Amino acid sequence: MAYSDKVIDHYQNPKNVGTLDKSKNNVGTGLVGAPECGDVMRLQIEVDEESGLIKDAKFKTFGCGSAIASSSLATEWLKGKTVDQALAIDNMDIVEELNLPPVKIHCSVLAEDAIKAAINDYRVKNGLPELTLEQKPH
Amino acid sequence: MTLTPESSTFDVTLSIRKNHHLLFNYCMELKLPIYLDNNATTPMDPRVLEAMLPYFVENFGNAASRNHSFGWVAEEAVDYAREQVAKLINADPKEIIFTSGATEADNLAIKGVYEMYASKGNHIITATTEHKAVLDTCKHIEKTGGKVTYLNVKADGLIDLAELEAAITPETILIAIMYGNNEIGVIQPVREISAIARKHGVLFFTDATQAVGKVPVDVQKDGIDLMAFSAHKMYGPKGVGALYVRRKNPRVKVTAQMDGGGHERGMRSGTLNVPGIVGFGKACELCMNEMESEAKRLSAMRDRLESALMELEEAYVNGNREHRLPHTANISFKYVEGEGLMMGFNKDIAVSSGSACTSASLEPSYVLKALGLGDDLAHSSLRFGLGRFTTDEQIDYTINAVRNTVLKLREMSPLWEMYKEGVDIDSIEWAHH
Repeated sequence: MAYSDKVIDHYQNPKNVGTLDKSKNNVGTGLVGAPECGDVMRLQIEVDEESGLIKDAKFKTFGCGSAIASSSLATEWLKGKTVDQALAIDNMDIVEELNLPPVKIHCSVLAEDAIKAAINDYRVKNGLPELTLEQKPH
Repeated sequence: MTLTPESSTFDVTLSIRKNHHLLFNYCMELKLPIYLDNNATTPMDPRVLEAMLPYFVENFGNAASRNHSFGWVAEEAVDYAREQVAKLINADPKEIIFTSGATEADNLAIKGVYEMYASKGNHIITATTEHKAVLDTCKHIEKTGGKVTYLNVKADGLIDLAELEAAITPETILIAIMYGNNEIGVIQPVREISAIARKHGVLFFTDATQAVGKVPVDVQKDGIDLMAFSAHKMYGPKGVGALYVRRKNPRVKVTAQMDGGGHERGMRSGTLNVPGIVGFGKACELCMNEMESEAKRLSAMRDRLESALMELEEAYVNGNREHRLPHTANISFKYVEGEGLMMGFNKDIAVSSGSACTSASLEPSYVLKALGLGDDLAHSSLRFGLGRFTTDEQIDYTINAVRNTVLKLREMSPLWEMYKEGVDIDSIEWAHH
């Protein structure tokens, strides 16, 4: 299977690989997937408490090139968005941007799950109710 | 040879004929991409191509045409190839049934014995790590009312001989255990298996597709009754293989799965693939002459590759390292995923992975899982298949590329970070999807 140029670029030059301090109140962490399934994503957001904007986002991913590219792209899109705007990121946006083939759509679903898990972690830490999220098929 | 000089094939052939070592030396220089997937298929040896070429245009006859010279020339070529093939495995030429490949030979052996010996019993014993061509054929047998026992293997990939013997019932007609495994290279104790089969009056069939031409396979000493193998795994052409069927002690018969003109002593009808068979014969002859030195060379390179990669933390060799084909290494690099790993160098190096992502099934390798590997380790595996044209320079390049990619991806892996921080990854409740 040939990868799209965008997937290859994210794989070779991943954006925002790293770790944020998860003990901080304004950092939300989402850990999704499972080692047995061949992909695990950890995505973190750091929210600027005054402006409410996501000022930093980091990821680490165990998975195929498409999983790495999906999470790299997600961190790029998250930066500068409000938490509500971030919630609107849909996995199909990632599929389109990266030209993912059908067999790799689950990578984009996982990235969307990771975003939402990170936001929920942030909400719970800040006394907001957890959002119930629709389950997309992987 | 009377090919016209205009054809580019002619030029290639000419240069091969003049001095194939020149071509070989040319191949020795590091040229990308590097092919290390020789368990999937091997490049054809130029000397095999040279042997085949006269049998496409000039000597095109049907080997079954008994009444003219075109047929005689083709028949003679097939007879000679049959001798070359038989010699490599210490068989009689009459015991070689040419097929379209190992999959067909597997089908013919298992279904053919099942049907031929139906009055004796309906039970077959095989193992969970067999190739799909054997497993799926056995599943077909089950659907038609047969019984199949699938033996588990030990953690090193070898079957348990006591378990094998215990599985034999009065209804057992066939033991089907492969010679060398395609994914991990593990060589089963063939002689011990055949002794057990002999003791209980059960036939022994082995799929030796990965072993023939790589290690000495001797149907007499190994006590093999039926054996499948294929040309394209031993530097011959695709689309041709053989089933060895023992003629003496005991005389084995199989029911034909392809009806027609009664070719191959009625066991496999269909016009013979003369150029393919000629190439198969030549490939066998080359293996006969070069196998011993080649095996030494390949196992030395394989061991060098393996020990260099094992210097990485949390790297594991899958399968028994002693009883193993000389050209195969299967290594798991924990905390990185196989397809992601291959993407780091697959522009330059061709290997394969037991990761789910490389197949449509989304399930990791069933062979690695049969060894008791967790799905996470199975997802993290790479298979290196060295071959006749693999060079030391290619191995050096591969060691570097794989090592660098593993290190880079571990920096990107949340699991690696957790492992380094001492987090027990197994204790995490993962959301399975």
